[in-house]
Amino acid sequence: MTAPDLIRTVAEPGHGPAHAAPPTSVRRPAKTPLTGGQKKALRLARTLVWPAIVVAILVTQIPFLVTIYYSFQNWNLMRPGSRGFAGFDNYVTVFTGGAFMQSLSATVVITGSSIVLSVLFGLGIALLLNRKFFGQGLARTLVITPFLMMPAAAALIFKWSMLDANVGMVNWGLSTLGVDPVQWNTDFPALTVIMVLTWQYTPFMMLILLAGLQSQSKETLEAASVDGAGPIRSFLHMTLPHLRQYIELAVLLGGIMLLQVFDPIAIMTRGTGGTKTLSYLLYERAFVGLEIGEAAAYGVITVLLTIIVASVALRLLFKIFSNEGAKP
Amino acid sequence: MKRFEMTKSYSMKKRLVLSAVAFSSVGVLLAGCSGAGGGAQQADGPVTLTLATVNNPQMKDMEELKGAFEDSHPDITVDFVAMEENDLRDAVTKDVATQGGQYDIVTVGSYEVPIWGQNDWLVDLGPLAEADPAYNVDDLLPPVRAALTVDDSLFAVPFYGESSFLMYNKDMFAAAGLTMPTNPTWDEVAGFARTLKTDDVAGICLRGKPGWGELFAPLTTVVQTFGGSWFDEGWNAEVNSPEFAEAVQFYTDLVKDAGEADPVSTGFTECLNLFSQGNAAMWYDATSAAGPLESETSAVAGKVGYVHAPVKETKESGWLWAWNLAIPNTSKSQDAAWEFVSWATSTEYIDLVGTTLGWERVPPGSRTSTYENENYLAAAEAFAPITKDIMLAVNPTQPGVNPQPWVGIQYVTVPEFQDLGNQVSQDIADVFAGRDTVKNVLDKGQELAQQAGDAQK
Repeated sequence: MTAPDLIRTVAEPGHGPAHAAPPTSVRRPAKTPLTGGQKKALRLARTLVWPAIVVAILVTQIPFLVTIYYSFQNWNLMRPGSRGFAGFDNYVTVFTGGAFMQSLSATVVITGSSIVLSVLFGLGIALLLNRKFFGQGLARTLVITPFLMMPAAAALIFKWSMLDANVGMVNWGLSTLGVDPVQWNTDFPALTVIMVLTWQYTPFMMLILLAGLQSQSKETLEAASVDGAGPIRSFLHMTLPHLRQYIELAVLLGGIMLLQVFDPIAIMTRGTGGTKTLSYLLYERAFVGLEIGEAAAYGVITVLLTIIVASVALRLLFKIFSNEGAKP
Repeated sequence: MKRFEMTKSYSMKKRLVLSAVAFSSVGVLLAGCSGAGGGAQQADGPVTLTLATVNNPQMKDMEELKGAFEDSHPDITVDFVAMEENDLRDAVTKDVATQGGQYDIVTVGSYEVPIWGQNDWLVDLGPLAEADPAYNVDDLLPPVRAALTVDDSLFAVPFYGESSFLMYNKDMFAAAGLTMPTNPTWDEVAGFARTLKTDDVAGICLRGKPGWGELFAPLTTVVQTFGGSWFDEGWNAEVNSPEFAEAVQFYTDLVKDAGEADPVSTGFTECLNLFSQGNAAMWYDATSAAGPLESETSAVAGKVGYVHAPVKETKESGWLWAWNLAIPNTSKSQDAAWEFVSWATSTEYIDLVGTTLGWERVPPGSRTSTYENENYLAAAEAFAPITKDIMLAVNPTQPGVNPQPWVGIQYVTVPEFQDLGNQVSQDIADVFAGRDTVKNVLDKGQELAQQAGDAQK
């Protein structure tokens, strides 16, 4: 699924009531007998849908079913002789091992703080870029660059050039202020990962929020200032409510992408000090532990959790969206 | 009403989107797990061998020189698939474990050789090697050969090997009026490190990056020379024993007091960087570091002294590692594969590297005769003799004070060890940062180790 698809799918309901034509009704009001021609057309339509459904089921469900099968297997790659049915043993290991809850909280902390920080910074930069000035286009392009960088490359740059304890630019900058060199990965591993992620995702948030700012009508703002609202008041009472749905969209998309974060952890902290997120834990179980069954069990649980969290979050968000749209 | 319908049709779409997102992530994982098949070859006629290898300089030299082999064996072509160390481990393990048969020759670390051998995944090369007098199997360095042998079966032959030693910056020692003994003890080294430590220069660089092959390579040798071990002779875990704890306490204290900054970021490469720029007075690591340290890009070339690994209770404390060539049982061209393997690990190949690429590029640590070769000794006089002494002195069957039920020094040759070492080393990162104590960490490690030990009983 590509990002534009998602944006379209997610954005649709929010904008729907505001300007779209009423959606075509899914239900027929009453059963009216169909003519032969209509029946034929319907049958053809249904037949034409089938290949797409079959492909959709194959593509989306088979890997998951195989994962579920593996999760009930006792299978360590290095012990070929001992493979067999394990019952719920792998799930018991997941829930009693202790690693899962730690990893869940690490995921929440890292994802949550990175999203909040990048939305805040993104909002600030979007407000600045929304003004007319010489070289605006160039500034916008420059600001977007971190998001276009490969995550592994970004993590390597931070590891070697920015946060290195001996030659890193950040420590050099701090030393000019008289601060002792900081051991980033050793003493503040979670903060290190959050810094990299915030740096990478701020431009993404900025893009969405900038689009929101540019869609705000100048007349409304002018009217507000004629009525005596200062810049702070019109930001808090006019711009921020207008931006609300854009912020929600940014948070949702950012959350989906950041949940899968792997590179900075693998390259910089190696899962130490509260940075072992679910995706890194899964990698460790599968490729360091070589426990395919256990890793599959983690995968299944992660998928279930993601579905629960995402559907609750989505429902919540779209309720807000719909209310916003319904406002006169 | 309209709103209701829309929500409903949306919620279906939403579910689809969600499942697509969620399941595709699982799909990626599974795709990674399934082994790729193929690679079938005819036993007669022209043969193409696929060789999986690690992208180290020595292996690249082998690829460069493979033409010489193909010239003398016109029926055989060799394809190199070079990967980064972790990728190689993943790819080859998957292929061999699932009987994929993609590779005819694999490059295997000495940790995996005994495990894979016991799983019947590798061809026993012993009879082939002994049947070929020109190969001179007795010339292989005895400790390396011992590490690759299980129940008298030689499952791989070494391409190059290494041990560990202590490197020190002679200028810094001279300036401080200190003398390094040839066989230093850890207490002496800790004293030197604390004396030589300044704001800009680390007294000693020791790996702190989590991973069984990073932190636990040097740390396990320290544990052993302090009298500790991962397991006793009956596979009972000994991770929270007083000796193990003392060693970890010593190591972490030394790094905190006189070691490099940001230890959790520091592995082999980072230490090499630090030491070769003259920012560390000592460095305890692989003997293979000497090559880059004496090269033109190093700021300390010619100024480095090399001595035996520091000890406490044992006489020697160097580790033993080798990159080896092995033939998976699934290969369909085992005879041709042996032709290549025996060529690449022969004295003839070592001479070929020396005469065409230069003697300093010879793969070290595999054969005794390498260290009797005048040309090599002249090119590597700073570190070759001591490397040979150490490699012959280490004892992989009993590196520590007490006997152990496996062959290997800085690792335990059981499948569970890479996971165990990885998890304990991640917890030790908390000790470096002061978030946890050695005792807590090792008590946790003891439980994990006992699980691994129980699997061997």
